[in-house]
Amino acid sequence: MTPPGSLTSSPVPPGGPEDHLRPGEGGALIVYADLGCPHCSAAWSELAAPPRPLVFRHFPVASKHPRSPALHAAAEAAGLQGAFFEMVDSLYADRGHVDDPHLWERVERLGLDLERFERDRHSGEVAARVRRDFESGIRAGVAGTPAIFDLGGSGE
Amino acid sequence: MIAAGEPAPDFTLPDQDGENVSLSGFRGRRVLLVFYPMDFSPVCSDQLSIYQEVKPQIAEQGVEMLGISIDHPYAHKAFQEKLGIDTPLLADFEPKGAVARAYGSYLDGLGFANRTLVLIDEQGTVAWAYESPSPGELPGANLIFDALAA
Repeated sequence: MTPPGSLTSSPVPPGGPEDHLRPGEGGALIVYADLGCPHCSAAWSELAAPPRPLVFRHFPVASKHPRSPALHAAAEAAGLQGAFFEMVDSLYADRGHVDDPHLWERVERLGLDLERFERDRHSGEVAARVRRDFESGIRAGVAGTPAIFDLGGSGE
Repeated sequence: MIAAGEPAPDFTLPDQDGENVSLSGFRGRRVLLVFYPMDFSPVCSDQLSIYQEVKPQIAEQGVEMLGISIDHPYAHKAFQEKLGIDTPLLADFEPKGAVARAYGSYLDGLGFANRTLVLIDEQGTVAWAYESPSPGELPGANLIFDALAA
């Protein structure tokens, strides 16, 4: 059973070493985003453009976007091979191709190890990593995506 | 708006399947009423979708969550299917908004309820109530867990 206090209010955690950080100059933006969300996709090219650093936090809303959990796991698995933002960019750039064969094509295109990708994206560790971001968003009161926070730090 | 310590007004409303649901039927369990303006507005969609993501954690606390708006059961059914949620949605449809009025959540002049969360204890007493500053502002699920942990 989840402890009663585990989803109570807590401020947005500042960026840390375990975050996905796209480097840049100035204060970091922290973005809670859903890889299945059309609003996030529309906002992404602007958000992800330099110069500001960007911290990406997972916020999949599975009831609304049933494919989201798989997409977030795919991004996380790509991240384990150093290609997190490449996968995120690619998923947002082409929302019409997000089934498993389309993910495998991306893996090939990015030069990643497919066998490892498949193993990682179905792992409990990856699911827990995604859920950790999601819960930090819930605790910070995120009630829609994308949710953008400007904490002023470097994100590192 | 209704306040903690007051008895929760009983009601019977049809759900998305037209089945009558009475608050008194939940006596002995805790109930979270989620008043929201209307089905199919983009903001409502996010609120109920996100609550759905933490519904297991709410249920673990022995709490039944019920959505309520002024929409008809037919609209509720379609809305529930569109969002992929299984939270029961109650139709405060006829007389329009009567339950929202009883809880002090109805917005006269707008014709719908404000976003209001009401936690009712096992004895049918209001344990906590929260009204959003405006219908456009979504109460985060964290507020629910704060109330449950209090």
